Amino acid sequence: MKPFAYSRATDRANATAEVANNATFIAGGTNLLDLMKLEVMTPDRLVDINRLDLSELADTDDGGVRIGALVTNSDCAADQRIRRDYPLLSRAILAGASGQLRNKATTGGNLCQRTRCYYFYDTAMPCNKREPGSGCQALAGFNRIHAILGASEACIATYPGDMAVAMTALDARVEIENVDGATRKIPIQDFHRLPGDNPERDNILEAGDLITAVILPRPVEGKQIYRKVRDRASYAFALCSVAAVVQMDGGTIAAAALAFGGLAHKPWRDETVEALLVGEKPSAQLFGRAADQLLAEAQGHGSNDFKIPLTRRVMISVLQEATETGAAA
Amino acid sequence: MEITELSVNGKAHKLEADSRVTLLDALRNHLGLTGTKKGCDHGQCGACTVIVEGRRINSCLTLACMHDGDEITTIEGLGEPGNLSDLQSAFVAHDGFQCGYCTPGQICSATAMIEEARAGWPSFVSDDLEGPEALSNEEISERMSGNLCRCAAYPNIVNAIRQVAGAKS
Repeated sequence: MKPFAYSRATDRANATAEVANNATFIAGGTNLLDLMKLEVMTPDRLVDINRLDLSELADTDDGGVRIGALVTNSDCAADQRIRRDYPLLSRAILAGASGQLRNKATTGGNLCQRTRCYYFYDTAMPCNKREPGSGCQALAGFNRIHAILGASEACIATYPGDMAVAMTALDARVEIENVDGATRKIPIQDFHRLPGDNPERDNILEAGDLITAVILPRPVEGKQIYRKVRDRASYAFALCSVAAVVQMDGGTIAAAALAFGGLAHKPWRDETVEALLVGEKPSAQLFGRAADQLLAEAQGHGSNDFKIPLTRRVMISVLQEATETGAAA
Repeated sequence: MEITELSVNGKAHKLEADSRVTLLDALRNHLGLTGTKKGCDHGQCGACTVIVEGRRINSCLTLACMHDGDEITTIEGLGEPGNLSDLQSAFVAHDGFQCGYCTPGQICSATAMIEEARAGWPSFVSDDLEGPEALSNEEISERMSGNLCRCAAYPNIVNAIRQVAGAKS
């Protein structure tokens, strides 16, 4: 690890000012310290925000929930209200990492975790995300875990998390305080970005921006499902995951929110797929058309070609479960 | 250099160390508590698991200076020869190890995991998020997936944990 200066933040204004001036926040640290040991990330100064007052999980005035940025993954998944009203979020968090990591990992930090692309982690390899302009070794290399949607010639890395995928299907907003103390709320769908020509930027945060909370809207009726497919049964990143919130009205689909993990540089949501489902009766044909729509632009890169048919099958299976139409539908 | 006050197994320590020193290295190299093991040093194997403020964490993925004033329990604090904790005795009775390198992490992890289950925390394999969930073999395996054992003593580790968890519930 490269030497760095450490300070403990006592208020938000000082913390954001430090980070606007080229320091780096540390919260749970489970991803950042891993990357610092490998010298993939080499901050000169760390600002420890663990003792800021951002650990509250509370009801909002409009019936939703505000999850403070420092609420740990464990506390969020175990919270009675989250378990009851947003089971999708509890399930997604519990599908990720290990008990030890969830005890340290925070809500804000989890949103900011970096890709697990092997070439990003290997400083002997070129990587446009780690070192802009150096090239992408994953395109023609081992890319089993890489993106099939929304990638670019510069980067085919995926966002690895589970929590944010559930939050995307739940229409969460990310609350951010900037260096001037002003607060803005961004739909989580707009928080992470596609790689384009500058994959070094994972999300829309500007220097000094501090995530202060994630806000969930009032819970909706219907079925909530999180399905994760991975290379081992526990403690592994998603090859493909689906977060679904589906409401039925009699025999037709009244509303559907679908978000996908492991497929792109961000949790993937395609409203054209949802529009195709709404107002229709569930059927194998309908679900097949929805999958065609989702995957119309999908592109494999060799070792991840399997993700295209895999995603199709997982999505159809989740829709069958959500609409209680079973495998025979 | 950072000055950090740690309470480890009930004993106060004042640590003066570089900011880069992980909690794991502080315990082993600065405080001489070598029961906590360094396996992968990247949070993947769980050998370094300790209990901080009542929660199990990977001590390799946190800086010692981030824990000023924290209460830390290591394997040395759970029991000692002649006065083993219930889990330590159960690991002996069930032969829950071969080489033993992962064992301190397994026991610290399981000690806190049993408390998590008693508090009603669900897991990925729980049928019902509302709980309470009895610690079946499947539940134990899922909740302990952050602790690897390269000797693959898993069946006996699960049996040891189930015996203690069952006795407590």
